[in-house]
This record gives sequence, C-alpha cells and structure tokens, in this order.
Amino acid sequence: MNFKPKVLLVDDEPNILTAIEFLLEREGFVISKAYNGLEALEIADATIPDLIVLDVMMPGMDGFEVARHLRQNSKLDDTKIIFLTAKGAEQDRKNGYANGGEYYLIKPFDNDFFVSTIHEIMAYG
Amino acid sequence: MSNSLTPRLLLLSAIALLLFEYPLLSLADKNALLGELPLLYVYSFSVWLLLIVLTALLIRRKKDRIP
Amino acid sequence: MSLGVVLLCALLYVGILFATAWRVDALAKQGKSRLMRNPYVYSLSLAVYCTAWTYYGSVGRASASGLSFLAIYLGPAIIAPLWYFLLRKMIVISKNQRINSIADFISARYGKSGHLATLVTIIALFGVIPYISIQLKAVSFSIDVLTEHQYPYFKPDAPLLADATFWVMLAMAVFTMLFGARKLDPNERHEGLIAAVAFESLVKLIAFWVVGLFVIYGLYNGLGDLFTQAAANPETARLFSLSGAGVSPTSWTMYMLLSALAIMLLPRQFHVAVVENTHPRQVNTAMWLFPLYLLLINFLVLPIALAGKMILGSSAPSDTYVLTLPIHEHLHILSLIVFIGGFSAATSMVIVSSTAISIMVSNHLVLPMLIRLKLIGQETTPRGASTLLDVRRVSILGVLMLALLFLKSIGGSYDLVSVGLISFTAVAQFAPSALFGMYWRRGTRKGAIAGLWIGFLIWAYCLPAAAIAEAGFLSQSFITDGPWGISSLRPYHLFGMEGMDNISHAAFWSLLLNTGAFLIVSLYTQPSALELTQANIFVNIHRYVAGEEYDVVKRAAKISDLHRVMGRFLDPSHVSAIFSNFEKENKIKLDQQKNAEPELINYAETQLAGIIGASSARLAIGSVAKEENITLEEVMQVLEQTREVLRYSKALEQKSSELETTTRQLIAANEQLKALDRLKADFITTVTHELRTPVTSIKALSKILLDYRAELPEEKLQSYLNILVSESERISRLINQVLDIEKIESGTDEYLPTEPFSLDEIVRTTAGGMAQLFRERSIEFTSNIPEETLEVAGNRDRIVQVVVNLLSNALKFCDAREGRVSLSLQKAGSEAVLRVADNGKGIPPEQHVHIFDKFTQLNSKTEGKPQGTGLGLYITRKIVEHHGGSIKVMSAVGAGATFEVRLPIYPSNT
Repeated sequence: MNFKPKVLLVDDEPNILTAIEFLLEREGFVISKAYNGLEALEIADATIPDLIVLDVMMPGMDGFEVARHLRQNSKLDDTKIIFLTAKGAEQDRKNGYANGGEYYLIKPFDNDFFVSTIHEIMAYG
Repeated sequence: MSNSLTPRLLLLSAIALLLFEYPLLSLADKNALLGELPLLYVYSFSVWLLLIVLTALLIRRKKDRIP
Repeated sequence: MSLGVVLLCALLYVGILFATAWRVDALAKQGKSRLMRNPYVYSLSLAVYCTAWTYYGSVGRASASGLSFLAIYLGPAIIAPLWYFLLRKMIVISKNQRINSIADFISARYGKSGHLATLVTIIALFGVIPYISIQLKAVSFSIDVLTEHQYPYFKPDAPLLADATFWVMLAMAVFTMLFGARKLDPNERHEGLIAAVAFESLVKLIAFWVVGLFVIYGLYNGLGDLFTQAAANPETARLFSLSGAGVSPTSWTMYMLLSALAIMLLPRQFHVAVVENTHPRQVNTAMWLFPLYLLLINFLVLPIALAGKMILGSSAPSDTYVLTLPIHEHLHILSLIVFIGGFSAATSMVIVSSTAISIMVSNHLVLPMLIRLKLIGQETTPRGASTLLDVRRVSILGVLMLALLFLKSIGGSYDLVSVGLISFTAVAQFAPSALFGMYWRRGTRKGAIAGLWIGFLIWAYCLPAAAIAEAGFLSQSFITDGPWGISSLRPYHLFGMEGMDNISHAAFWSLLLNTGAFLIVSLYTQPSALELTQANIFVNIHRYVAGEEYDVVKRAAKISDLHRVMGRFLDPSHVSAIFSNFEKENKIKLDQQKNAEPELINYAETQLAGIIGASSARLAIGSVAKEENITLEEVMQVLEQTREVLRYSKALEQKSSELETTTRQLIAANEQLKALDRLKADFITTVTHELRTPVTSIKALSKILLDYRAELPEEKLQSYLNILVSESERISRLINQVLDIEKIESGTDEYLPTEPFSLDEIVRTTAGGMAQLFRERSIEFTSNIPEETLEVAGNRDRIVQVVVNLLSNALKFCDAREGRVSLSLQKAGSEAVLRVADNGKGIPPEQHVHIFDKFTQLNSKTEGKPQGTGLGLYITRKIVEHHGGSIKVMSAVGAGATFEVRLPIYPSNT
C-alpha cells in the first residue's frame, strides 16, 4: 500500500506557502494549506494531518494559540507540529515547545535542511 | 538520535537475544560434547564473546559524540 | 585454621580498603585524582553487580541446574549495547536534574512527587535488606567453613554480640559511614568509595580465577580432562545442558529479563552507573568491558561446580564448593585467598547498597518527616548540614542492623540465589515508570503510583508473604489452598497459573499488571503543569543539554527567605557560594533585588536537591516560595515586572513619605528608560521579522529554481519569477523606509531653515502625477485645491512624500469595485488643512491612534494581511510633526476614512 503522509501548511504569507508546497509535494506528501489560525483549526479537524507546519506571527490567532487549540483536540494526538517562524528569540523557542511543538525552525530556512528535518520528524518524532 | 550507531546497536542486541533465547537456544542445548567440552558451554561463551567484540568494534570505530 | 588468623586476614584486607579509599579521597580533595574519570575504573565499579551470590551461589546453582545461572549475567550482557542511548540518557537527565538515587529519578520525572519517592524507597528497602543479609550470611558461613566449624556461635541463633556476623556488619557500617556519608556533596560523589569498590572487583575476579585454575590444573589435567570425567557420570553429565538439568525455558527467559532490568534499576547499580558517573562517555567503554568482566567471572563456574560434585558430592553444601575444594586439599593459603575474594564480593555490595539506600531513606523517608514535623529547617532547630549527615549515618547503621535481624530471624533458611532473585523482582517494579518515563511524555504521576503499588503488592504477596508462610509463620494451607481456600489466589499459582517457578511466576504477574496499570491510568489522567515540565525535560533532554535552559515553573519568593531556608540545611559559606555562583552565571547582582526570580528559586532548589533529594528540596523551598501556575500568556512578563515595581513602591510609601516622591520619580525615570529600550528592541525585532519574511520566500524559491528548473512547467516558472521580483521590491521598499526613519529620528534629516515653498503647488503637482494611477484602476479621483497661495516652511521633498503616502494609502484601501478618493486643501486660520478621503471599509475607532505607530497594520481575519510594510503612516506622522503640524484620521467602520494633516502657514505668527 502506498501511504502518503498528509501535511497541513499554515502561514499568512502565500509566497512562502508556494515554496514549501512545491518542496513537500516533490517528496510525495499530500498538502493542504491554510492562511490563518481559524482556517487551520477547521482543516486540521477535518483532515487529521500527520504533520502541521505552523507560522507564529499571523493576524488574528497566533501560531502558539493555534497549537494550543490543536493539542486539545484528541483526534490530533498523533499529529506532529513544527513551528516555522521568523521569531528566533530563545523565549519564542521555549514557548514553541511549551505549546506542544515538536520542533522549531527559523525563517529563512535551507530547502534541503527543511526537507530532511521533516523526514526525520516523520520517522522518529 | 539521528545517529547511525543506535540502530546498529539495537540490531546487535536483538540478535544476541535471539541467539540466547528459545527456540534457537535449543539447537545448542543438547547433552553433547564438542571435542572434549560440552556443546552448550562452548556455544554460550563464544556467542557471548562475539557480542562483546562486536560491541567494542562498533563503539570504538565511532568518534564519540555527546548525545 | 584458627579463627584468629581468619579474622586477622579479614582485618588486614579491610585495612587495605581503608587506605585505598583514604588516599583517593585525599587526592580527589586536592583535585588531583583522575581515577574517577577513568572509564576502566567506572566499568570495574559496575561489577559491584557480582556479589557473594555470584562468588559462592553460582557454583551452588550450577551444581544443581547446570548453566541456568548464566541467565542472570546474559541479561545485562544483552542489554549492554543499548546503554549507548539508554544509560547515557539516564545519566544526562540525572546530571541535569541533580538526581542522586533511583527514587529521586522516578519522583523527579513525575513532578518531583514526594509520594513516589517514598514508595520507591520503601520498595527498595524491602528488596535490598534481605539481599544485604545474604551477603552477611555468606561472610559468616565462609568464616565458619574456614575454621572447620570449631566455633558453634557462627549460627543464626547465636546471641548477637557473640556472633562474628555482628562484628563484620559493624566493620562494614563504619567503612560505609566514613566513605559513603563523609561530606555533603550535591553531586553525591564518593571517589574513595568507588576506588575501593573497583579494587574489590579486581580482587574477587583474581581470587575466583586462582581457585578455578587450581581446580582445573591441580585436581584435573585441564578443562578437557575435567569435562571428560564429568561426562562419564550421568549425575554430572546431565548438567551439560539446560534441558538435562531441568531448567524451564520460561524461567530462563524471566531471569534474563529480571537481570537486564536490575542492572540499571538496583539502587546500588543506579548509584555506581549514574550517580557516580563523571562523564556519559565512560559508558562507551563499560558497554563492552563490563560484559567481558561478567564473562570472565562466569567462565570457570561450571568446571568448579562439576569438580565439587565429583570430589565432594554431598559431603559439603554446594554453595561452599569454592571454599571447601581447597580446604579438602589442605591448601590453607589458597583457601584464605578464596575467602578474601568472597569477602570482597560481599563487602563491596554491602557498602554500595547501604550508601545508596541511606541516601534514599534519609532524603525520602526521614527528611520529609522531619520537615513536616518542623524538627529541621526551622529557625530554632540546629543547622541542617550536620543533622543531615547524622541522618545518613544512622540510616546506614539502621539498614545494616535490619539486614542482620532479618538474617537471624528468617533469612538463614534461604539460599543465596533465591533471595537475590526476590530482590531483583522487587526492583524490576521500577522499570515501567522509569523506562517509559524517559521516552513517553504521556506517563503521569498517578499512572506511576498505580503501577508501582500494584506491582509491589503482587510481589509482596507472591514472594515474601508466601516465604513467611513457608517459614511457618502462617498456615501452610495459605500456600497449598490459597487464603480462605480460594485456589485462584494461591501465591505461587495466581489465577490458576501453572508451570512456572515461584520467581518467574511473581515476576510475570507483577510486571504485567504494573505495566498495564501504569499505561492505562496514565492515559486516563491529566498531568499537572509541573509534571508536564518534568516530562518534557526527561523525554527531550537532548534539547536541554546543548546549553538551552529548561522551562521554569513560575514561583515568587523573597531572596532573604530563600537564604534563610537554605541556611537551615547548609552552612552559611556554602549558601553564599551558591548565590554568588548564580550571580556569576547570570551576570547579575542579587543584593539589588528583593524578590527572587523564578530562575533563582529553581537554581536554589536544584542545588538543595543535590543534597536532600528533589522532593524534600521542593518541600523546603515550597515553604517560602509561592507557586503560580504556568500561565500560557507568560510572554507578558513585562506586565509582571510593572506590577513588581508597583508593589515595591507601595512598600516604600509606608516607610517614608519623603522618600516616596524621589522613589516614584526614580521609578518613573527607570520605567521610561526601560520603555524606550523596549521600543527600540521591538523595532529591531519587527524589522528583522519583516525582512525575514520576503527573504524566506526569495531564498526558498530561488533555490528551487536553481535545483529543479528542468522539472518546472512554464507557468510555475513564470509565477515563481514574479514572486521573486515582487518580494525583492518589498525588501527594497522596507529598506528605504527604515533608512527614512533612521534619518528622521536621528535628526540628520534637514527641515530648517529652508525657503518657504507653496503647499498648494506641491499638492497640485503630486495629485496630477497620481491621477494617472487612479485612472488605471478605474478609481474616481476628485481634488479641490484653492487658487490662493499657501506657503509652508520645511523640507519640500518630505512634504511631497506625505502627499504621496496619503494618496497611495487611499488607493490601496478604497472600495475595490467602485473606488472613490477625494483630496482637498484649504486654509483654516493660521493652518493649512489637507484632507484625503477614501470610501474603503474604514478603521475601527480604537485603532485611530495606533495606525500611526510603527508596524501597525490593519489586520482583518477574513481578508488576510494588506500589502505594505506598516511604516508609511508612521513616517508621514513623523514628517508632519517635525514641521510643527499634526495628523489625525476620522473614520467609522464601513464608512471610509479621511486623513487630515494640519501644517502651520509661513510665517506662522504674522
């Protein structure tokens, strides 16, 4: 059976999503996209993705808050969350882990590193 | 743990368990002599020694990295 | 052999141990000892695993059931390769958390629970005391055998003071108290003790080989000869295989499992392997060297057992073959060597076990009680440091006394191996909570407590309780028919289980139900905030060891209180050292602060935990530090600080009214400085973020174009290139504006004095230039500019920028389908008033002030983020203000927005 992992990308910057979408689609992931937190929660609940790549600074609900809501949804217990954000301070990173993120990546990222990190997280958690 | 040593050591440990556990162990668990020594005695100590040597080789080849 | 000679030898040997330990301790104190960092010493110290049970008991076991004893050593050998990540992770966690016992480890993982620490300590006590007692028994019977039973008082029923076992125990207690509870060290390192233990490991191995070689080459013509002779006799030949010796596969498997767990979870193994470890790298060597040691010490067991059976048969107990064989040949020196080997095996186990157990007993049983009863840690009680050491020493003596009492009451009837295995089964109960705890974040305190209790109770029911019945303290029918005749509750056949030996049976049920309870209860209970924090540290320790700090639970306490509490347990110089260390590490001065930061409280607690254990430290610090729950909004630390300052100033208010004003001014000034600082930091953060966003797109997409150009369809190629262009423009726009701001704010921008210029003309030209843009987007643009000349003074180009900014803003935000923008300029008194109105969706009133701040953009949840950098209106405002004018917006949601700029007319006063 050909199992394709589902990934949900959340960012208010469509151009960044375009790039990530291309990279991950190439690796055989099934992609869905959301441009803000509320949309992300709806799509996550409906599709139960294996992995969510989450921006932090978004209008309305920020990424940390989105992650907290996601973590309260028991359907998503096996879903991994990666923060991908321009906020690189130590405190932000701590907040990321405190809010249920598995990994914290900082923008701008290196394409190859990004893809290999995603693979590693999908494999080992 | 993206360290290639970890899966190798896991495999080594699993093989050792397999060799020291029934049903495989029953192949050596006989009242027979190998030369002048009991078969099981020779079997267990040589497999054990092999396990030690392989562990040492694996760990020595690897430049230590702090986990 | 006379008793005097034997005791003299024992005494001499203990003397050598003392000398070794003393010397190493002295060297370590001067920082000269490299011994502890030596991985070979570390590996040898792990060999404290091989006790008198190994030394005497294995031969006894082998003479009854062949190679079955090997399971106890193959378990550790098979799991040793996994130490690379298992044991090393345990060590890294323990060093990070200052954990100093297995009880501490489990308690710290589940939110520093006092209940868990106590429970683990009690289980360990139940498991270890009988184990220690058989070591004492081994020493006493070896003396008995060596003196050829001339001294009838070496018997379990002899009076205490006449029993040499008592004096042996006392000597061991003194040694342990001296080297295992010598000083209070937060790292709980005992260099001398470990050196002695490593030395003892060498002694027992060498002694065992000496007697082994003597048997093989002195009594037989080599190994081949020995085995050939044994093969001739069916009674010995059956020991060549497990099936022949009647060993069941289930027992074999269970013993391997038990020993694989015990090698890490036995209190003494945890102590030497984790607590005394100086660098995780030492484990790499131990991974092969320790199994090699086990192999060597086991290699000659079977030959000795076979020889004993052939030569001595049942004329001597098989547990004593190692000793009785040389005595039988009248080789006194050799038998003394054997005795010393066995003595060393017993002493090393007793010393390390009682050290480890005493740390647990004092930290998790006695101290919490003393703190609760307010017998320690109070102003009026004596300082804790010396009390603590006393508690340790009494614990050591107490544990050894209990072991002796156990031996003299019921332990005497048990053989070495069974008691050892009962002990293994007890400590194996720690496995689910300890091992799952390192890899499974979801495990909760309640789950761990449930699992441990169930495992412990089943163990107690199936082994010790049944043993008590067997010893005649309970009716025999308890075992044969079960309590009240319920046969499914028979302690050796729980739920009717047949075909397992007692140990395997108890181990199976206790571990199964323990693990099950742990997993199920964990899944159905919620961890507390502190548990979550700890779980995260344990599971993801690799994120923290690279220098990252761990999350702290927010607590507040006065520094002076903290000082006082610590002073009750440690001497003052130690406390000062801890505080000044914290100052140095964090580059702050504590005497300027009154309230302790959560970081400081945690630091103090961790330091104290190194001495009195995590749960006791938590209790002690908890008496002065009030805990706040982790609020997820803690990012708002700024708020917290302000409140802190307010509280501070209020306190001062009461003290002196004169000081009040000054203080307030100072605080205000300070706050202002802080606010400025924050603004600047915010600005930089935001600019960086605003820059990073387009850079991210550009970097990722250009790399994609570079790498995968060939596989991209034409339309994607085109759209990616378009994104690259527009994101680059976004960056240059941002850079220009940041430069503008820099100029405006630093005052290097030129405003005055300049020639006055006519505002109406500028507005007219600019509006004309922009009209084309409006037409292109079919936006209706009207302008109303008076004929009269309105002159203003200042920087002409900047004023043009203001008009452009306002118009392009309107262009951006006016209604998407039927856009209308109007511009008007008129004179109102001494001011020129410029208005730009659009018919967009308007601006909510609460935003009217903020939109002129840096990086404020009107965000809406439905339409995403507008384009732009968020700097345009800020720059506009700054320019207008520098010209002595003002700017405001008039708008209501849904009714468009009108921006109004007022500039003074030149000359303003005339």
